[in-house]
Amino acid sequence: MSIEIKPPLKHIQSENVSILPSMDRVSPVLFDEKKLKHSSPLSEYEKSGYVIAHFVEKFIETDAGPIPVVKRDLTLRDRVETLGARSGLTRNNYRIAPGLYAIGKPDQNSEVLVTANFKLTFDILRSSINSISAWILVLDSFGVNVWCAAGKGTFSTQELVNRINKSGLERILNHRRVILPQLSATGVKARDVKKMCGFTVIFGPIRASDIALFLQNRKKANADMRQVTFTFKERLILTPIELNIAFKPLIITTLAIFIISGISHKIFSLENSLNRGLTALIFLLIGVLSGALITPTFLPFIPFREFAAKGALSGFILAFCVLVLFSVKSNITYFSTSSSLSLLLFSTAVSSWFAMNFTGATPFTSPSGVEKEMRRFIPFQASAAILSLILWLYSGF
Amino acid sequence: MRDIRYLDDVATLIFDKEACVGCSLCTVVCPHGVFELIDGKAKIVDLDGCMECGACVNNCPVNALKVTPGVG
Ligand code: SF4
Ligand code: SF4
Repeated sequence: MSIEIKPPLKHIQSENVSILPSMDRVSPVLFDEKKLKHSSPLSEYEKSGYVIAHFVEKFIETDAGPIPVVKRDLTLRDRVETLGARSGLTRNNYRIAPGLYAIGKPDQNSEVLVTANFKLTFDILRSSINSISAWILVLDSFGVNVWCAAGKGTFSTQELVNRINKSGLERILNHRRVILPQLSATGVKARDVKKMCGFTVIFGPIRASDIALFLQNRKKANADMRQVTFTFKERLILTPIELNIAFKPLIITTLAIFIISGISHKIFSLENSLNRGLTALIFLLIGVLSGALITPTFLPFIPFREFAAKGALSGFILAFCVLVLFSVKSNITYFSTSSSLSLLLFSTAVSSWFAMNFTGATPFTSPSGVEKEMRRFIPFQASAAILSLILWLYSGF
Repeated sequence: MRDIRYLDDVATLIFDKEACVGCSLCTVVCPHGVFELIDGKAKIVDLDGCMECGACVNNCPVNALKVTPGVG
């Protein structure tokens, strides 16, 4: 493709006035044909209105058109984006365009790895499959990870079949099989996929980091690859989201605390409100920290099976320690028996509640179990909170 | 997952041994190693490990499995 170079215009004028002298000359750089051709390997794939994703390193031509090849290494930008998503700040909008991608130098015999279009999931996949060359088929899961999307029905049989058909995979491949993450099995019926588009679904390992070994073992997964884990790190990673969820109710409760703490024989005392309010706020934060951070992180080390019980225990112990510390370190006079008891109950109830909420984020709690736990523990949490409130009001007079 | 356990005696997983054709797909998709294939049939080896995700139910070709999450 050659670009026709027109002779530079003598004058670029606006109503007979030369705006800038430099405008009279057409920049020679702009029309240097050699430079244009070699500027970037990606530039010929640019399309108006589209942006080539930053994780694409080049394109390969196939019988189904050009396919973007993605990088294996995560850049600083990827890592910063990951942090944003993990903290819950950008999580709701962290998707990549669904469709067919490539990694390495795949050919017509290469495997097809299917994944979700949650960018974190995609990043983990491309950065942890070692030197494998493969096709990557990204389904539209609305920016949600594989397991949750499969449960919600967006990572589904129908979506997979649609994407296989739309991607033109059958024009590229010699075979008719795709490898799915095992956890998509709640949303994808393997035999229906076969019926609908002729592709065989192979359920691969749960974790992307096991894919290399899985392929080496002639697509056999060992027992470890098939079982979910919930390690210290995996639990810790979830806690920012838990704290984020806690934020809104926290603000409302804080407001209520300052109002309630001000109630006294003078009807309302600003001094009480501030002093006692601040104390109560500390114990609210202890409850949240214990329920949404400490209990999830140290989950298996805290006695009891029920999360609500684990949370109550850790909240109680933590609040107790802080109370002791307070009474030793200072001479705060309003730490009467009733207010101490109230604060203890408060932290315990709050911690128990947030710990119970964490059941929704783990990979091993059955809905039947959670329901049973909630039926048993919500009455306890409510009574503790009410008792705490009564004691707090009482101690204000 | 044998190191972290949730409540016992709540899983609603039901297995119809008669119907099972031993395709082994449930042993593949279950994320908690609830099944093993023994003598050409699936066998529940860790009922309390079941989290009622429904992966096995979704993929069993003969409807030999059932879970009813949330009525435990
Ligand atoms: S419902 Fe899920 S956890 Fe339970 S046996 Fe089936 S696959 Fe395993
Ligand atoms: S998936 Fe169904 S038929 Fe296949 S082994 Fe399991 S229970 Fe039996």
